Amino acid sequence: MPALETKFLTLSYGSDLIIDQLNLAIPKEKITVLIGSNGCGKSTLLRSLARLLKPQSGSIILDGYEMTKLPTKEIAKKLAILPQGPTAPEGLTVLQLVKQGRYPYQNWLKQWSEEDEQMVYRALEATQMKSLAERPIDSLSGGQRQRAWIAMTLAQGTDTILLDEPTTYLDMSHQVEILDLLFGLNRTEKRTIVMVLHDLNLACRYADQIIAVQNKSIFAQGKPEDIVSKEMIRAVFGMECEIAVDPLFGTPLCIPYGKGRYVKGTTRHATPVETT
Amino acid sequence: MSKYLPIRLKKLPISFLLDVRALLVFVIFSFLTLIVIILSIGMGEMNILPVDVIRALFGAGEDMHAVVIQTFRLPRIIIGFIVGASLAISGAIMQGVIRNPLASPDIIGITAGAGAAVVTFLTFFLDEKDNSLTVSIGWLPVAAFMGATLMALLIYGLAWNKGVSPIRLVLVGVGLDAAMQAVITVMMIFGPLILATQEKIWLTGSVYGSTWQNVWTLLPWFCFFLPLMFVFARNLNIQELGDDLAKGAGTAVQRQRFILMLVSTALAGGAVAFAGGIGFVGLLAPHMARQLVGSAFGALLPVSGLIGGLIVLLADLIARTAFSPLDIPAGVFTASIGAPYFIYLLYKNRNM
Repeated sequence: MPALETKFLTLSYGSDLIIDQLNLAIPKEKITVLIGSNGCGKSTLLRSLARLLKPQSGSIILDGYEMTKLPTKEIAKKLAILPQGPTAPEGLTVLQLVKQGRYPYQNWLKQWSEEDEQMVYRALEATQMKSLAERPIDSLSGGQRQRAWIAMTLAQGTDTILLDEPTTYLDMSHQVEILDLLFGLNRTEKRTIVMVLHDLNLACRYADQIIAVQNKSIFAQGKPEDIVSKEMIRAVFGMECEIAVDPLFGTPLCIPYGKGRYVKGTTRHATPVETT
Repeated sequence: MSKYLPIRLKKLPISFLLDVRALLVFVIFSFLTLIVIILSIGMGEMNILPVDVIRALFGAGEDMHAVVIQTFRLPRIIIGFIVGASLAISGAIMQGVIRNPLASPDIIGITAGAGAAVVTFLTFFLDEKDNSLTVSIGWLPVAAFMGATLMALLIYGLAWNKGVSPIRLVLVGVGLDAAMQAVITVMMIFGPLILATQEKIWLTGSVYGSTWQNVWTLLPWFCFFLPLMFVFARNLNIQELGDDLAKGAGTAVQRQRFILMLVSTALAGGAVAFAGGIGFVGLLAPHMARQLVGSAFGALLPVSGLIGGLIVLLADLIARTAFSPLDIPAGVFTASIGAPYFIYLLYKNRNM
């Protein structure tokens, strides 16, 4: 059984159709990455998978249950979402933030059970935020900040975690650090991870499955090495490129054409012209 | 994590994480408030020593002291404290819901709504023959409260668009605030001159002439909403992270937002009903509290309340003693500290 499934899912913003009649399955315990050009609807799709956006028609199935029939707190125990670029109020500490991941398990009398404490502690440990627990979020670096938010979603104790561009605004070393963290969570704790990523090459490295969103639907879905090709990139991103093999991991590496400086002795390549 | 103390009952499913530092701040401010109350009771036309104040409060002092304290000063001081605390808690809640540190009941127009209602009430029920009111002045707080509540509903209704977003609440609120100020001005200009002074004092905000009857009306109202703030603190905390995260964590965002606005309005409405348009307390107090105990609402709300109460107590103490025998509206002093502070906040938040 897939972790998440959509059946004839149609999404729209006002009168704009974003996703049309989509059938999709997100495998359990795997890393799935959504890719696509800006404004193709991948973030919208991710938000709807987390019930943040009401589908116009069709249904989303979580662990075999239709989502609209589950109480929102029950969904929150199975699935966590980290939206893009979240902001914390001034002065809020890491611990105060991570604690709030326990919201679905608490009520106004039971606000800090032993289980809450253990889960928060484990989330801080897993993200290496324990030593920074008392620090205000706004005093942290971008990478640390993102780790704090991930710790909050971890404290929610869900099997599935959705993340919308978790590496935006981070420099390359912190991008790798965050993705390594998520990869580790997936491999050691078997958490299902679904995320939107912009960096195609990192997506190919970490994803078990890539879903390329284009024209209100899915253009291709599968292992990166099976589906990433010149033709796919052209169709999804409208860009010409060559596909090489990552010398470290053997995963596909996308090298775009375009203008730029050539080092002496390199053969010049003109951007291929589409012949359709 | 030594700053925090987990509290768990063995037999009942009750557990909390206590912020030790916040508790300490709360205790210190409680003491401070108590001291200011005792000093404040003693100061005025007739000065009474703190020792005699305490004696009189326990019914052991001179009769003369007892009369002054019991009939005049004590109800005024209690009202002042409750009003300040209500405005501060109301402001703190609003800042959380709207996710903007510049929000407060007087900025999004709730106070102005009450003001417009009061000015209308006074003009409408004035008997032109002998310049007295045709109905009891006791209805004035009712008018103020209704004005505040109707205003809040109007803001909420106009901001509604498949749910209410924080930014729409602010924009609609600021707009309606301006509209209500216009209503007030029109009423004062075209209304009878005799009312202008009374209206102006009300609009500035004063706890002058508070009675025990006022106390017994406002106190239960305040005490009803007080415990609710601990119930809703965690909802406020999560709302402050943004709608998507709050929803993702399993909150019914719109329902919670409505309840929180309701509590905030109820507290602000109660305050303006008995003290008029005392400004800036709802903005100022939560800020000071945030500097001391941080942003988590479990600690922020009670500490804001204490600070708000303290601000109005001090403002009223200055108002009735500094220019004695003149009794200046306390709102003059909250505004004279509040306005510069507001400018400072705008300056500090200029990059937001």
